[in-house]
Amino acid sequence: MSVYKDIVENGLWKQNPGVVQLLGLCPTLAVTTTVVNGVSLGLLTALVMAASNGAVSPIRRFVPEEIRLPVFILIIAALVTVIDLGMNAFAHPLHKVLGIFIPLIVTNCIVLARVEAFAARNPTTPSILDGFMMGIGLSLVLALLGAMREVVGKGTLFSGVDLALGPASKAFIVTVIPDYHGFLLAVLPPGAFIGLGLLIAVRNWVEIRKAAPKALAMPPLAAAPSH
Amino acid sequence: MSVDMNESKFKHTAITTAIMVLFTMVGTALLAFTYFSTKTPIEASEAEARLTLLNEVLPPSLHDNNLLKDTVEIAAGGLLGNTSKTLAYRARLSEKPAAVVLEAIAPDGYSGEIKLLIAIRHDGSLAGVRVLAHRETPGLGDYIDIAHSDWIKHFDNQSLAKTQDGKALENEAQDEYWKVKKDGGNFDYMAGATITPRAVVKAVHQTLQYFQAHQNELFAAAGEQK
Repeated sequence: MSVYKDIVENGLWKQNPGVVQLLGLCPTLAVTTTVVNGVSLGLLTALVMAASNGAVSPIRRFVPEEIRLPVFILIIAALVTVIDLGMNAFAHPLHKVLGIFIPLIVTNCIVLARVEAFAARNPTTPSILDGFMMGIGLSLVLALLGAMREVVGKGTLFSGVDLALGPASKAFIVTVIPDYHGFLLAVLPPGAFIGLGLLIAVRNWVEIRKAAPKALAMPPLAAAPSH
Repeated sequence: MSVDMNESKFKHTAITTAIMVLFTMVGTALLAFTYFSTKTPIEASEAEARLTLLNEVLPPSLHDNNLLKDTVEIAAGGLLGNTSKTLAYRARLSEKPAAVVLEAIAPDGYSGEIKLLIAIRHDGSLAGVRVLAHRETPGLGDYIDIAHSDWIKHFDNQSLAKTQDGKALENEAQDEYWKVKKDGGNFDYMAGATITPRAVVKAVHQTLQYFQAHQNELFAAAGEQK
């Protein structure tokens, strides 16, 4: 059982793709202008990762070393295209919003990284869980970053939720700061870099506190994680 | 000895190739299956999205025909700014021409093209204008989008020949009228972003001129096709 616990912990915190592994920065930075966009793409990525890990793990013994990467990429690309077409057919408005980012999931290195590092070496069930939890970990970062940028940039939360869940859900949109004129920096790409930097800093700070609860008065200086 | 090695190398290569081909075939089959089974739903949702858009610019009271079926092709180039051929959707009330919906492109937005959907009534007045796609700066130039402000509704009921309060416009006065206020025209803009509305006003003006010049072709073709 502890294997599964480790997988969950790695995905959500210890090896979080968004703030620790720093893989898949393209979607992290590009789509997080609102919570809804961030979470939608995060969940899609989680779905792709669970599916691709689940597809690669059972066939890992039949794939010769030399053609490992092309086969993995082929599987990931096929799965993403299936999801892309499926969304276009059954969730058209959301597909229009996330449209250009869905094919980009193929190039998101976190997907290939987990296939190569985990699914190619482990049994099927843990592999699916690993892909899914890594995706959820990424989704959490995308949600937080999206929330920060949306509140600071537009003064709202959950705007555009009606595109994902239908017009009835428009009631969920929260205006945090009424009559707000917006803060452009947060919406544009620099806001994404600054926001992500803050999130990484907070995570590292929490880790340092956990590691040395008694040495709080003199926090260690050389605490930067090595990559 | 070396013959053996060559043989095993050959075998290994053949097996590897076969496996790669197998995976490619399975992948292709999967994609083909998904493509064919989602084709109809995708076309349906695209048509639905298009119809929703058309209904935005064209009140339902202005037509009783199927807009998606009653179209005419417009060649690329010319006043509409389209670089490939587009469709004009024709609205008719009990078989009589009532309005036409055109797609126009403003090539001179602040960051590239602005795509517009413009509905013009039979009498040459605008029924509605909406922005289909743009890349204007968020928070500055994006007020042309109905999701951000009502600015685009200024165009409702405007026409080439008359001002909004009914004054007739001569040729030169027309050109003066169809500008943003900063340039001495009639249309509002928001401080900090004049390039965007300037591009939109110009494109709408040109679309009206196109309509004036081609009105007969646009509607005559409607009769011929029946």
